[in-house]
Amino acid sequence: MIVADQKPIEEILQMVEPYRKVLFLGCQSCVAVCMAGGEKEVGLLAAAVRLARTQQGRPIEITEGAVKRQCDDEFNEPWRKIIEQQEAVLSLACGVGVNKLSERFDVPILPALNTKFFGEVERQGVWAEVCAGCGNCILHLTGGICPIARCAKNLLNGPCGGVRADGTCEVSHDGPRPCAWVMIYERLGKLNQRKNLEKIFAAKDWSSDRHGGPRRRIREDMLLEG
Amino acid sequence: MKSDEPKIVAFCCHYCAFAAADLAGVLRLKYPPNVHIIRLPCTGKLDALYVLKAFEAGADGVMVAGCLEGSCHFLSGNVRAKKRVLALKGLLPKLGIAPERLEFFHLSSAQGDRFAQIAREMTERIHNLKESL
Amino acid sequence: MESDLQRALASKKFVVTAECGPPKSADRRVIEEKAKLLKDWVDAVNVTDNQTAVTRMSSLAACAILKSCGLDPVFQITCRDRNRIALQSDILGAYALGIRNVLCLTGDHQSFGNHPQAKGVFDLDSVHLIEAVKTMRDEGRFLSGDELVGERPTMFIGAVENPFAPPYEFRALRLKKKVEAGAQFIQTQIVYNIQRFREFIARAGDLGLLDRVFILAGVSPIKTPGAAKYMRDNVPGLDVPTEIVARMEAAGKGIEDKRARAEAWRREGITICVEIIQQIREIPGVAGVHIMAIEWEEAVPEIVHRAGLRR
Repeated sequence: MIVADQKPIEEILQMVEPYRKVLFLGCQSCVAVCMAGGEKEVGLLAAAVRLARTQQGRPIEITEGAVKRQCDDEFNEPWRKIIEQQEAVLSLACGVGVNKLSERFDVPILPALNTKFFGEVERQGVWAEVCAGCGNCILHLTGGICPIARCAKNLLNGPCGGVRADGTCEVSHDGPRPCAWVMIYERLGKLNQRKNLEKIFAAKDWSSDRHGGPRRRIREDMLLEG
Repeated sequence: MKSDEPKIVAFCCHYCAFAAADLAGVLRLKYPPNVHIIRLPCTGKLDALYVLKAFEAGADGVMVAGCLEGSCHFLSGNVRAKKRVLALKGLLPKLGIAPERLEFFHLSSAQGDRFAQIAREMTERIHNLKESL
Repeated sequence: MESDLQRALASKKFVVTAECGPPKSADRRVIEEKAKLLKDWVDAVNVTDNQTAVTRMSSLAACAILKSCGLDPVFQITCRDRNRIALQSDILGAYALGIRNVLCLTGDHQSFGNHPQAKGVFDLDSVHLIEAVKTMRDEGRFLSGDELVGERPTMFIGAVENPFAPPYEFRALRLKKKVEAGAQFIQTQIVYNIQRFREFIARAGDLGLLDRVFILAGVSPIKTPGAAKYMRDNVPGLDVPTEIVARMEAAGKGIEDKRARAEAWRREGITICVEIIQQIREIPGVAGVHIMAIEWEEAVPEIVHRAGLRR
């Protein structure tokens, strides 16, 4: 799923500061699952902002709602009437939702979240980045563990010298995390596929990644026009 | 709330604080009448939204009262609730609300006197806060 | 053979290289001073490339200064700060400036340096970089296959390996990858744990690498017991046995005078370093040592002299 984090409340208060009538619109997909921007978070954030604005003596009228998937016009369109009555919309979707709403509606769409990465649920309350969306998957060769996303230097030919004695990576800002290449080595051992490590993985073609410019996927057979 | 007597919402665990409040009544112990008790099956049921809604609805203080550590009927509900309360205590000042207006207490079902004392303490604490909500 | 280092290694003598960290300034005299200090004692001098991700004078520029002082510089180049366009461009530039040795590294992560906000590049890894230099040199092509027009960079290609970081069994295999990519000499992480280093060399021998690549063992004198402890406990990828920490502590014991104690520690640090070099010299298949006396270049002549590597 796409994992996001709610922005600091101070920043959100500052964003909505000029407005008195705002729709707080969540998204019931990824960001609901990662507890950042679902219906529940909309309720909490709306209550917090109302309290703060009441304290400031500048009450705010907040409409609360959540759509199935903000990345899809189909689900946003039913909200048109409500959106058009607002001074602004605070979107609790990932950045995709904010872009999508902005393309369609002529009111300011404000981001309540910082969109972070594609992640897995490591355990309740912890999400970890495991895929970088590089556009050219090699997981079949690395035991299903991605060195592009999970190695701080996206190395392709084994671990650097910064592996701690316990097999964790020296680059970790939020607690220890295992070295991706130690994981790959262990996993390929279990699968009897360590041979994969002997050959040199060629330099990556980053043009399939963001570095080739903004990407788009087209499925001709699904196009309605033409 | 601008009344002299601060309005306090007490989220009480069914197995301890709620029973303790009951006991306080049976023992005819005095505690401020403006403490409004809401029974939870366990403080683990506490949602951050309940607390914010209580403040929105005009509460001057919110107390959450759960079992003694290690005595939760559901093993760890009280510990989890305490974490949520701590997080909220971090949020409140950013909204312009003194964090002292929210507190977590531990007690057992036999502590009717302690419940009355906590209720008095909390009321007094809110009284002493300079700015009003 | 255009590289002094390569000639020295080919002559089968036990080679010594040292390290020169460029200044955090634009002052070329710092490099010239270090050059003077090292000149008669070593076969080549590595210049670090913004080591530990702290911004310093560029390694390329410092290499050119060393070259002008009559030393044979080893141009350290990391994948952290340059993409493949810039990496290959700097290799060409280095050759044009007379630099004949290049050490290909991935580089320390930017989060450890003085610009943790920086965007790390890591377009290539060190194995790819080795390949890129070799392809330019031997085939006259860039990594993309595009043709290099005119003079090719005849570089002596080096790489690094760390025998002391897990997974230990993988390290020799990774060394093999680097050799296959084109590495001709290897400088290792600092050796304090001789036993583990022997195991690494043995494994490299099993893979038939010792005849294909020159291995220079990294060594470094320790200044204080505190530094030894810090390296033992806090530096990932370093393996400092507790005996060494104990020796450093014992060396200063009972000495009240601060300056005398610091001096005693330094003496012991250098002695330990010399002993390690002597042990390394006994290991067949090791071609030399690389002395990393970080901001303590004055120690190099004494170490080299006491280890009997130069008169």
